[in-house]
Amino acid sequence: MVQVGRKKRSKSVYAPNPLQEEEETHTLAILVSNEPGVLARVIGLFSGRGYNIESLTVAETNHVERLSRITIVCSGTPMVIEQIKAQLGRLVPVRTVRDLTVEGEHVERELALIKVSGAGEKRIEALRIADIFRARVVDSTLESFIFEITGTAEKIDAFMDLMRPLGLVDVSRTGVAAISRGIEAIGK
Amino acid sequence: MSTTDAKRDASKAEPAAAEKMTGADMVIQALVDQGVEVIFGYPGGAVLPIYDAIYKQDKVRHVLCRHEQGAAHAAEGYARSTGKVGCVLVTSGPGATNAVTGLTDALLDSIPIVCLTGQVPTFLIGTDAFQEADTTGITRPCTKHNYLVKSATSLPGIIHEAFHVARSGRPGPVVIDIPKDIQFATGVYEPPKKPSVQAYQPKTKPDMAAIEEAVEMMAAAKKPVFYTGGGVINAGPQASKLLHEFVQETGFPITSTLMGLGAYPARDPKWLGMLGMHGTYEANWAMHDCDVMICVGARFDDRVTGRTDAFSPDSKKIHIDIDPSSINKNIHVDLPIVADAGEAMKAMLDLWKARKYKADAAALKSWWAQIEEWRSKNCLAYKNSDKIIKPQYALERLRAHLEKDKRKQFISTEVGQHQMWAAQFLPFDKPNRWMTSGGLGTMGYGLPAAIGAQMAHPDGLVIDVAGEASILMNIQEMSTAVQYRLPVKIFILNNQWMGMVRQWQELLHGKRYSNSYTESLPDFVKLAEAYGGIGLRAETPDELDGVIAEMMKTDKVTIVDVRVDQKENCFPMIPSGKGHNEMILSPDAEKFDKKLV
Repeated sequence: MVQVGRKKRSKSVYAPNPLQEEEETHTLAILVSNEPGVLARVIGLFSGRGYNIESLTVAETNHVERLSRITIVCSGTPMVIEQIKAQLGRLVPVRTVRDLTVEGEHVERELALIKVSGAGEKRIEALRIADIFRARVVDSTLESFIFEITGTAEKIDAFMDLMRPLGLVDVSRTGVAAISRGIEAIGK
Repeated sequence: MSTTDAKRDASKAEPAAAEKMTGADMVIQALVDQGVEVIFGYPGGAVLPIYDAIYKQDKVRHVLCRHEQGAAHAAEGYARSTGKVGCVLVTSGPGATNAVTGLTDALLDSIPIVCLTGQVPTFLIGTDAFQEADTTGITRPCTKHNYLVKSATSLPGIIHEAFHVARSGRPGPVVIDIPKDIQFATGVYEPPKKPSVQAYQPKTKPDMAAIEEAVEMMAAAKKPVFYTGGGVINAGPQASKLLHEFVQETGFPITSTLMGLGAYPARDPKWLGMLGMHGTYEANWAMHDCDVMICVGARFDDRVTGRTDAFSPDSKKIHIDIDPSSINKNIHVDLPIVADAGEAMKAMLDLWKARKYKADAAALKSWWAQIEEWRSKNCLAYKNSDKIIKPQYALERLRAHLEKDKRKQFISTEVGQHQMWAAQFLPFDKPNRWMTSGGLGTMGYGLPAAIGAQMAHPDGLVIDVAGEASILMNIQEMSTAVQYRLPVKIFILNNQWMGMVRQWQELLHGKRYSNSYTESLPDFVKLAEAYGGIGLRAETPDELDGVIAEMMKTDKVTIVDVRVDQKENCFPMIPSGKGHNEMILSPDAEKFDKKLV
């Protein structure tokens, strides 16, 4: 895709179209009033304007003020990412939009429940690898395990790759939760 | 209770402390408290309690439109001609879905309207009840915000917040979906209060460092141009005055988008005319060649920019907009200023004067010489005829009559060739006088919008410049105009074709005129008379003046059927996908690169 864009660009005597820039992945933290339809508004904005969501998590984090925190991992050119933030910012129930990728350091975690079925040597190998990844067994039958693993999305991907030949049958992932390092809180 | 008793009863509705009232009465009280005088609507099962409340009072006047789309456009026309929030009342299901086009139109053109929709009772929501539609779901992408009311106690707060959201920041449409049981339920009414800090509070004050930088860029400019849009109109009449002063002070040329017409007087020599796809030669070339562009309240729409990588390649761009998402959306700008257009221009003008900045006089002189050369192309020229009425000639004659008329003048349009000709040929000297569907391009907009404007300005002269195809899309509103004795003039440039569609087919689709000719058009004179209005017709150029003079005198809704040249095309034209410097002035189809359009 990028190659095609470049080819087209070289024909023009004008400056390159900013929409043909390289894509980036950003993690956004959004604080919203937890009112009906707020998630639909956020998701509708992405689908309506053709933006990409890679992961989305949401839960109420402040029960007194009824605020929910949405973490979105999205991808696009820098201009598109700026648009996503501006478009989110103008939704009426949105209080704060933070781009954790550009605003200093942050921590990202994801939780996954991974079901592996098998018997004999494969079963023991699965347990051994789970131990290396600090995954916990949260349920077991004679033919299966459910592992709970927490970490970055990459760590979970790596764990799943290793479990696949050992009998991985089902996965449930939460999507990324993220928070900035240091003393500052979102919305302050 | 007799009707008069009932009226007296409701009109004394000064809410005593903790006095309970029904949801429907709260709606009326909230509208009154928000300064609503007129509401455009259409009744139906799910809003009957509110219609009952309307019947019992005389503070809010209800205008019965003939289609919910018409009601929404009428509210837009009312809002645009007054600067106030327009108000719509429709029923659930089809009432709400019919209003969707009007809501989308208001969203794209940033027009403040509040639309109340009835909804089936709370306990029936989700059961596919009669006339149920997921109104908040359907209108979520076409409103600035929307609400589904869950209790009578929350209703007044929601209505007040809706008006605040509709008019603050970048204005837009807001929907309040009110289930029927909430309209019957009782609760305590709350008058409007100041919005809390956490509520929606868009930034309107500019960043002074950016203002300083902008003024320095302007002072150093050799080939500057002002590019203004609907944001100036939305910022209020004061912003238009500031713009005028700023242009006079700097001596810079100014062009505007379709939405911004009227913010700057068109008779001033600094005015270059509208820019964009059907803008003037001088405006588009000035945009292409400028070195500093001052964009105020416009959004670099594709109909303005043409091909984005060919758009004004050598300029530094200053972009003043109240909506941060408008900045760097289509065109990268060098200096964004997020603020209200009026406040930003005031800050810039104050600084310009305080620091005694002067524009580079020598550079400006040669820039103006270049602009005059472009202007001398006389790009709006057309070949007139003494046998057949040219649409441009019809509008020139209308213009001549308008210039003699002393009334406040309001022009609305439908969408198509006639709209572009109206933008090119009619005089726009004041803000809030021009109503056209810019962003959405809604055929059928003009007549209901004219009705809304005439409701707000009973003594004004309101003219809908129309095409014969567009007008048929909301022709039923003739009946509204007759009922409320609104002397709207409908000036149809009738060429029997969907003119703009035919133009594109001629130039870009090998003259294959697929479905753009309208057979079996009505006789518009008889149609006007059938509705109870007045019908006039001009078929030759020498009939035109007499017919326009007669139209100006009529005291009820009037259709003027002007039979114009069927083959006339609208020029200049930047084919979409082309740059400003690739504008064409003549109907030479060979010059079009068909693949790019």
